[in-house]
Formats: sequence, structure tokens, C-alpha cells
Amino acid sequence: MCRIGAIKSRNYIHPSMALQLMQSQQKGHDNSGFAMVMQNLGGIFEPYKHLPTLSMACTDAGIKIAEDILHEIGFHRVMQWAPEVNDVPGLDINAMPNYVFETFDYPRNFRNAEQKEKEELLLDTRLKLRAALEPNEEGFAYSFWPDVITLKEIGDPRDIGTYFNLWTANDRFTAKVITAQCRQNTNYDIVRYAAHPFHLQGYTALANGENTFYLKNKEYQQGLHRGYIGFESDSQCFLYTLHYVHRELGWPLHYYKHVVTPLPFDDIEQREDQKQLLGIRQSLAHLEINGPNTIIGLLPDNTMFTCCDAKKLRPVVVGRDEDTVAISSEVCGINEILPDRDWETDIYPNEREVVVISDDLEVQRWKQ
Amino acid sequence: METMRLNDVTANDLPWKIKYDASRCTMCGSCVATCSFRAILPKVERRRMVFSEGNFPEPKARFSAVPVIRQAKSIRNYCRGCGMCEKVCPNDAIKPERNQDTRHPVITRCLGGDSIKRGGRKNLEGSTRTLDSIRVGRISQMTDPSLDAQRHTFDLLAPFGRILPPKKLPFSPDVDQQLVTNALTPPVNWIYPVIIGDMSIGALSWRMWEGVAMAVAYLNEECGLPVRMCSGEGGVPVRLLKSKYLKYMILQIASGHFGWNRIANAMPHMVEDPAGILIKIGQGAKPGDGGLLQAGKVAEHIQAIRGVPKADLLSPPNHQGLYSIEESVQKMFLSFNSAFKFRVPVAIKVAASATSVSVFNNLVRDPYNIVGGFFLDGIDGGTGAAHEVSLDHTGHPIVSKLRDCYLAAVTQGRQGQIPLWAAGGLGKTGDLAADAFKMIALGANGVFTGKLILQMAGCIGNDMGRCNACNTGLCPAGITTQEPQLAHRLDPEKVAQNIVNYFLAMDQEFKKLLAPIGNSSLPVGRSDALVATDHAVADRLQIQHVC
Repeated sequence: MCRIGAIKSRNYIHPSMALQLMQSQQKGHDNSGFAMVMQNLGGIFEPYKHLPTLSMACTDAGIKIAEDILHEIGFHRVMQWAPEVNDVPGLDINAMPNYVFETFDYPRNFRNAEQKEKEELLLDTRLKLRAALEPNEEGFAYSFWPDVITLKEIGDPRDIGTYFNLWTANDRFTAKVITAQCRQNTNYDIVRYAAHPFHLQGYTALANGENTFYLKNKEYQQGLHRGYIGFESDSQCFLYTLHYVHRELGWPLHYYKHVVTPLPFDDIEQREDQKQLLGIRQSLAHLEINGPNTIIGLLPDNTMFTCCDAKKLRPVVVGRDEDTVAISSEVCGINEILPDRDWETDIYPNEREVVVISDDLEVQRWKQ
Repeated sequence: METMRLNDVTANDLPWKIKYDASRCTMCGSCVATCSFRAILPKVERRRMVFSEGNFPEPKARFSAVPVIRQAKSIRNYCRGCGMCEKVCPNDAIKPERNQDTRHPVITRCLGGDSIKRGGRKNLEGSTRTLDSIRVGRISQMTDPSLDAQRHTFDLLAPFGRILPPKKLPFSPDVDQQLVTNALTPPVNWIYPVIIGDMSIGALSWRMWEGVAMAVAYLNEECGLPVRMCSGEGGVPVRLLKSKYLKYMILQIASGHFGWNRIANAMPHMVEDPAGILIKIGQGAKPGDGGLLQAGKVAEHIQAIRGVPKADLLSPPNHQGLYSIEESVQKMFLSFNSAFKFRVPVAIKVAASATSVSVFNNLVRDPYNIVGGFFLDGIDGGTGAAHEVSLDHTGHPIVSKLRDCYLAAVTQGRQGQIPLWAAGGLGKTGDLAADAFKMIALGANGVFTGKLILQMAGCIGNDMGRCNACNTGLCPAGITTQEPQLAHRLDPEKVAQNIVNYFLAMDQEFKKLLAPIGNSSLPVGRSDALVATDHAVADRLQIQHVC
């Protein structure tokens, strides 16, 4: 069983907070992995917010393969950081030789390019890296995007935290948004790419549940966009649909909910916007999800949201204090990191709402 | 003399033999009166009885004339095994028995000099049905809970109409972040995933057709199931065309264009749009063989509805004006779309064939986005009348072909854009919910069914050659006849009741199939929910093999 969590704060926070959020839920997940995506970066990455950072776990050969590709395209490295690892014996971690976080400047011919062009270049580059690293498992390129860092590993989350020295907070490795999940994909093969959160062009998603329309989603998404690949986990479908609806179709976020869990036909008939809702249900029928799910998503502007399956078969809770909002599968995680909050303001979203946390930390409840 | 006798038709040449027990017969005459085929007749037999009355044998013979029932020995009036005689006999004195030694296929051709015609369906017996080797085998449990068929709500609807690719939807957000529509989109009706298949007035008795239409109205208005019925090619009563119930009807046009003069004339008076238009190019039970309504069934009201004289009515196997798939798109679809001002979806029905995927690809790639459904009809479906050689030796099974079309759509990322509707022997075992559900998981949006509807009404025909006389106009159940005496055997209200009840039961069964796989809407294309016990079936359909 997955447990998922997300923290969004006015201040830069350290991943130790995410570890604490998840650690108290450890009886619910199976301690088989830890994955997190940090966005809106602080610390040593703060000066480079506008430049893409590559998050990669790889062998020595993998580094060379990746750097050759990046140099060939014309990227120039401006910053490099590798976590200091604490390789004490007995840790339950299936570690890769290298964890690379490198920030690059764009190729010269792209410096004045449109934002959109740059974004396509970053995606193409990451896909190229992934393809080149895949054959001998020389490495895993998780994200290559400005202001985003991804760390994933197989093992016990507690030990993974120890290995990367993440239990002790510092102000060098921080972000204002951290999403985290503590389970490798035990449904299918255990591969690093299968651990959510997943990231694509500024969009991040993670989910707790099973997507029983996985095959339908996958078969449809494969043809929609070159970036919709992998499908090592049924939760990747949630990210791809988010990316497709919000970025490719350019629809406002609340239509994401109408795509993944459309209203019943009887309800649609009662609505003024029935024409649009029916059109969505028809044309995007293969992106509907089924089965028990809670989704946490992030948009490129750092707007965070959560929503559930149409029958509310998976729990989720949103809690907050003045400076921080946390979303968690179980309330004990929020109790751990926000013990002094007013728990009466906690939100347990229902099956027909989207809880949205804007970048200025305003929490909104949108009814579908 | 001997030679002539040898070639006379005897009961042993015919497909059914009448078993008659004179000792139980009360001579009530019910069997003879009820046999619509005149396959039995009263006859007087001369009997000789030898008896002795004294203390010692002193045999005497007495002759008497005894009335009995005998089988007609003719290739015209032969027993079809319908069993109506047995049904009406108060004493169980008579019944038909299948004759394994029948020479019917040979002598009928020899004596008639014409091809054999019959109704019923393709008799694909002797092997396990593909759908019966498939199970819904992906059971939700533990972290992915199954649903409760009684408590949860389910959305059991399927689209009829052309569905645009997402990027072609004319939606854009306004200042309030609401999507607004900037242009017209093709009409789409969401309907129950089982359409009552196209059986015409003419093929069916007016009382049968009325019963089906009543059932459809009741299912919609009282039961909340948006079931649609296809008219078949043969027109629609004007009273229905002008009524509000037209919205439950899918009007069919086939190559004979029968009844369309009236439909066109009624258009200005229609108070509702029909649910759709179905252009029939071919049908699966007798592909390449056109519709066939023999003159015997062209009663006065049929002549009126269709606007034809009393004559054999043949729908050619092809629309003679159509040269190509592209032309069918351009000409027929556009004219029907415009006739109803682009408010009514227009779909096409074709026979499953080795070439179905090509046809489907042509339609799904059409740049006009106007083909609103691909109705794929396989072998094993029923027909009112056809040449037996077509029924027995032409056709293509539906299951793999439906799957091929769906996977062709997947390859192109166009799944769902032209809804796929499948038919051809579905519900043959009486269990339509299971067959339909499996077809949906293989990629169908819905199914259509005809023959099963007749069986709900009381059709006693089966796949082993019983009855199958729909072509004769002598249907003993009053279903496929225009003879008033026969049609009156059928109670339209009872027909409607049976159909309604069957659909209500089927609706429950759909939920019982959705619940274990944890889905609340139709699992179109969810082939991962299926497993097959047959390796060849699993390979062919790309589903998991289990043993």
C-alpha cells in the first residue's frame, strides 16, 4: 500500500520534514522505497531557479554518457552538487554509485528562444538521456527541469534518509514544495522509474491507489505525446492526464477532475455546462480512471492540489498552520510535522472536490 | 412403377418425422388446426382386425375406416419441428422427432431446381464458443476493492455518434476559467449498451414489432434505461414517426430504401428527432446476400409502409449507388446528416469480414468526422430469410474482428472516436449480459441483438434446425408472419413484458460483472479484465491465458 504526502510552505523546508511526514505512516506502506520531488528550490540551488537541473542516479559510465549527450546538445554546466552519502553497514538501501544534481545553462542557440521551445528541448533531452542510459541500466534520469529536484531509491525510507543524510535539517538543500512517497512499485517489477512522484515539464503527480483503467489509459496516452512513456506504474497515467489536460489542451485545472472522474450522466444533464462536460466525457473517455485513488498534483506555477476517485475509496487529509500546508494519506503524518495546528480546520476531501493550494498558500475547495 | 416410388418423397427424406400415437388421440383436431406449415393432415386409414368369438379359434376379419393424423410428404409442406402440435395436444399423442437420415438438402434442390431458403441463424454448432472460453478473471480485492452491485451506482451508457479527438474539441477557457464552445460538434447520444437490432416491419409481424416498440418505450419511460431500437429496413408506421416515441428509434436505410419515402414525407411533422440513422451496408448472418422478403409476407400494410406492390422484395447486397467507402462517407452520411440538420448521429452497419479493419480505418480517418458508429455484424446472428448456402457457408465470426478493429484504433490513438457496436450470435446461450460485457472489455462500446429478442417473445427456433421458417411467413409463434390468424397468436403486451423483464435482469447482471472488477463505468477495451482458458483464443485476442 502506498502512502503519499506533500508539504508546501512559505519558507524553505528541508526533506527531513518530508521524511517525518512519511515515517509516522510507516505501518501503512511497506518500507520498500523512498521518492521525493522538491520544487521551488532554496539553499544552494536558489540562485539557479531559471536554469534546468538534472536529477539522475547512475554509474560512472552513466555520468559520461549523460554529460556527452548534454555537451553535444550545447548545455553548459553551471552548478553541480552530490549528496554526501553516509554508507554505514547494514542500511537497507539499494544504492546507485552516483547521485547527480547538476544545473545547466541552455545551449547558446536557445538562450533567446521562446519559453515553450526551451521546455520542449528539456523534455527531448531527458528522453534522450533516458534512452541512452537504459540499455545496461547505466542510470536513471528522473527530471531535467528548472527549479526541480528528484530523488528516488529502493530500500527502507528510514535508511535511505540516513544514507543521504536527510534526517538532519540544514539550509543548503531546501525547497518550498516537497512531495514524497514511500513505496516501490510492488505490483509490477521493482524498478526505480516506477516510484512516484513522477515529473514531466513542470507537472508532478503522485497517487495512493490502484488505477484499474490503467490499460485503457496507457493504450490511449501512448499515442498522445512523446513524453508519455514508461508506464512502469499505473500512477504515471495520472501525471500524463494532468499534463495533457492542463498543458496540451490548455484547460483550467478544474477540468482535470472532470476528465479523470467524470460526473454521472444524470448529474451532467442538470448542469449548465453540460455540453462541455459531455464533450469531455466523450472525447477523453479513455483517460477516465477507476478504482481507489487519491492523487496529489503540482502545476508548473507550484499550485498544489489533491483529489480522489469517484467513490472516495482512498483517504487523504489536508492540514495547515500559518506557514505550511501538508497533504497526507494519514493524519498522523500531519500531526508529526504540524503538531500545533488547529486540527479542526483539517480537510478530508470528498469524492467530488478538488482541494487546491495556491502559491500564496490559500486553500480552496472546488466542487466538481 | 417401382422407380417412381423410389423417388417419391417420404417422411424419412424430411428433416423431421411426426410421431403419432393413434391410441391416445381423441381426434380433437387441434394439431392440424395449429400447424401453420400444413405439415400434418387428417386422413382415413383402412384397418383390418382379425378376431375370434367362439371357444375355438375361428378367425374372422373386420375392416374399418379409422381417422388418423399423418405427416405431409412434400418439400413444400414439410414439418419444421416447431412442436406446436405437441404443445396443443391434450393427450401427448403427437410430436415431431428429428430425423438423422434426412435427405432434405438433396431432394429439395433436385425437386425444386432452386436454392434452399430459410430463416434462423447460422448453425455454428459443435465447437466451444469463443466467448465461453473467456472469463472475467481480474477480480478486485484487497487494496483494490470490488464494488457492491446493489449499493454502488454505475454508469452503464454507451455513445452513438462521432466523437472528436480531444484536440479538435472547440472548447476554450473564458475569463472565468470556464470552457466555452466555439463551434458545432457532431451529435452524440448516450444510450444503453444493448441496442435492439434491426428487424423490419415486414420481417416481423406488426404485433411483434409493436411489442418490441412498447418494450422500448416502457424501458425508457418507466425503468430509466435508455434502450434504443433499430427499425430495420422497412419503414416505420407514420403514427410512430410523428410521435414523441420516435426519439427511441434508430431509423435504418438499406439498399432497398424501403419505407424512406414515408419517412422523408413525415420529416416536417416529426416532433422529435430519431435516435440515429443506421446505414446498412451488409449483415453478418448472410454477407453478400441481400434482404429477402418473399411476396407471401408482403401484406397490405407492408405494401403501404414500404410503398411497394405485392412482390418479392429484395434488397440488393450492395447500395448500387455507392462506388467506394469514401463515397459512402461523402454521399450517404452527408445527406443524412444534413437531412436532420446535423442533430442526429449517422452510423454504418457492415458484415464482419476479413477486410473489416480496412473499412474501419477508412472511416476512422475520414476528415469530416461524421461517421457516428461502426456496427460490426458477425456470423451466427439471425436473419428472417436467406439462401441457406449464404447462411451456412459465408460469414466471419465477430469476436476477433471486433478486437482487430479496436486494436487498429488503439494503434492510431483513435479509440472511441467511432463507437464500435458488435453483434452476431451474442446472447446465443441466453446470457447476453456476459457476452456483451466480454465484448465491451475487448473494445466494443456496445452490442446489438436481434434473434435473442425473438426468443424473448416466444420464438421456438434453435440452432439445430428447429423451425427456422421465418422466410415462409408461416411463423407458428406469430412473430415473423403477416397472416392475421398467426400474428394473433402473439400477445404484444406479453412480448413487451418479457423484453422489459429480460433487460431489467440483464441490467442487474451487468452490475454483477462490473462490481468484481471494481469499475463503475463500462470497461471499454479493458482486456486486462479478461482471461481465456484456450491458448489460441488468448493469443488471438491478446488476453491472458489461464489454465
